[in-house]
Amino acid sequence: MNYKLILDIAIHLLRARLKQTIVAAVGVTFSIAMFISLVSFMSGLNGLLDGLMLNRTPHIRMFNEVKPSDNQPLSLSKDYKGNTVFIHSIKPKDRGKSIYNSMSIISALKQDKRIIDVAPKVTASVLYNSGTIEISGMVNGIDVLAENTLFKISDYIKEGKLSDLFQNNSIIIGKGLSDKMLLSVGDIIKVSTSNGTLSSLKIVGISETGIADIDNMASYTSLATAQKIVGQPKNYITDIQVNLYKKENAVAIAHEFHTVYDVDTIDYLAANVQFETGSSVRSIISYAVGIVLLIVAGFGIYNILNMMIYEKMDSIAILKATGFSGSDVKWIFISLSIIIGVTGGVFGLIFGFIFSSIIDVIPFSSPSVPSVTTYPIDYNGSYYVIGLVFALFTTLISGFFPAMKASRVDPVEIIRGK
Amino acid sequence: MKETILETKGLIKYFYNPSKFQVIKNVDLKIQQGEFVSIVGKSGCGKSTLLYLLSTMDTDYEGQLFIHNQLITGQSDQNLAKIRNEKIGFVFQFHYLLPEYNVLNNVMLPGLKLGKYSKKELEQRALKHLKTLEIDQHALKMPNQLSGGEKQRVAIARALINDPLIIMGDEPTGNLDRKSGDVVFDIFKKLATEFNQTILIVTHDPDFAHKTDRIITMEDGKIIS
Ligand SMILES: Nc1ncnc2c1ncn2[C@@H]1O[C@H](COP(=O)(O)OP(=O)(O)O)[C@@H](O)[C@H]1O
Ligand SMILES: [Mg+2]
Repeated sequence: MNYKLILDIAIHLLRARLKQTIVAAVGVTFSIAMFISLVSFMSGLNGLLDGLMLNRTPHIRMFNEVKPSDNQPLSLSKDYKGNTVFIHSIKPKDRGKSIYNSMSIISALKQDKRIIDVAPKVTASVLYNSGTIEISGMVNGIDVLAENTLFKISDYIKEGKLSDLFQNNSIIIGKGLSDKMLLSVGDIIKVSTSNGTLSSLKIVGISETGIADIDNMASYTSLATAQKIVGQPKNYITDIQVNLYKKENAVAIAHEFHTVYDVDTIDYLAANVQFETGSSVRSIISYAVGIVLLIVAGFGIYNILNMMIYEKMDSIAILKATGFSGSDVKWIFISLSIIIGVTGGVFGLIFGFIFSSIIDVIPFSSPSVPSVTTYPIDYNGSYYVIGLVFALFTTLISGFFPAMKASRVDPVEIIRGK
Repeated sequence: MKETILETKGLIKYFYNPSKFQVIKNVDLKIQQGEFVSIVGKSGCGKSTLLYLLSTMDTDYEGQLFIHNQLITGQSDQNLAKIRNEKIGFVFQFHYLLPEYNVLNNVMLPGLKLGKYSKKELEQRALKHLKTLEIDQHALKMPNQLSGGEKQRVAIARALINDPLIIMGDEPTGNLDRKSGDVVFDIFKKLATEFNQTILIVTHDPDFAHKTDRIITMEDGKIIS
């Protein structure tokens, strides 16, 4: 088959119907451009929200869960070995929230090559007192430097400095707390715990994460201060937070730590199941919209090709009479649709990129992600490949049926019909 | 001895729409190299139908068709297209030129499809044919800028481009005025005498037919003389 000649004929047919062809191609351009910008934007948003989640969640968190003991005294008894035993009314024993042997675990983890950093933490639920009001909340005693490498919390400190926590008895409180209790930097806040100890702490900063639940309840102090508030010794640690170089391995490593160190562990995926769902729903929506647009564009191409075939019946008949076979004619029309698809698609990619870049400079700010100043766009090459493949696929499908029809045109019928 | 260009054996064709009836009845036909033949007969007697069978475009028939002693009946669509391209030149009553191409390209198209000659050579050959038909001054015009007679001459040039074994025409002068019709006839005549071109023309114009070498008369789907 002579591809050059077939392409030449296709191009001549296109030129004769330039306006309709352009309209059909613009349909493809529009849908691909929308697809690209939509997917890039949605994926950028996903990245942003994932980042939001990962900014707060350690890849692995180790802690002690309050739960009944797996081994009840009865199971130690030789007499009932092999028997099925029923024990009623088991209550969990409070072994404390403290992680047993936390110091040696931390020093072991610090040697682990897979780990970026280890941030021990003491959490305590407290009542904040100011004047006559009491607000319940949570004090996080943190290892200031490690916590900052893991979660960049200095980004959220609106007033004061994170390093001020190195002072004794200092605290950084959430914005919501400071608003409610009319406290500002330099004031004193009273904190009481469930076992009755009351401490006075100096406010050295205000933090704002943008999440009301956190800002209304949480405050930060150093590890030592937190241990003092709850009246516990220096080895009292309630959480060990770990970030990995490869967060994909979090599930496996979390399991490993659970067995090796005999503590409860949770990986970031298990802790944030709903985020994954949100991400995939957003992707599905953008792909669905893109595909719908493409199907509409496909009908446009189908229409123009069908119209062209009716208009060009005479030309098809004469081509067949002068020696072009049915399959030659079929390829002429398939080439037509490919030309429309490729030009429409390529322009779609270009416009998709342009639209994405426009979205990318629209200002957008959220206190929860201080590093972001414009709408997020994910410039991922694979979307452009998918877009072009989609465009080609739809144009091929929508061109195929008209092409088959053209290939079956009976020249005798046309020539006789005059 | 002259070569046989076209031969049919017991050609039969039915139409089934609206009811079954036989249009072509047992036609045996032989056309020799260099003959200028006309087919005449009353309107509706089956002349066009017969020509479309001979042209290989209509494959729905019984009996056998030979071109250059090669059996054509039963060949694939692809092969038939190739045979039409290489061995048969067509001229229709309504000058079917491709409106998207200029005159020169219209003439060259079947040659480009055949691919025997380069584009340059084809251009030379096309111009030579256009010159023989005295329309070379219109080579770069579009078909819609030509008169009916001129278009028909372009169609003849196109039919000639691949040096076909036979040129077939279905009332090629039927849509032309007397003068243009005569010009077209003279061209066929010239091709037959000067270039020994085999030509088969369906016509209902008795004057046209009488000037050809041989007249085949049809009546009611049969050849009667
Ligand atoms: N597609 C068709 N279906 C049914 N009958 C047809 C068809 N084409 C032609 N006919 C009939 O076949 C007969 C022969 O037609 P045709 O070959 O065109 O005659 P001619 O060219 O001699 O005038 C006519 O009676 C015509 O009505
Ligand atoms: Mg007729």
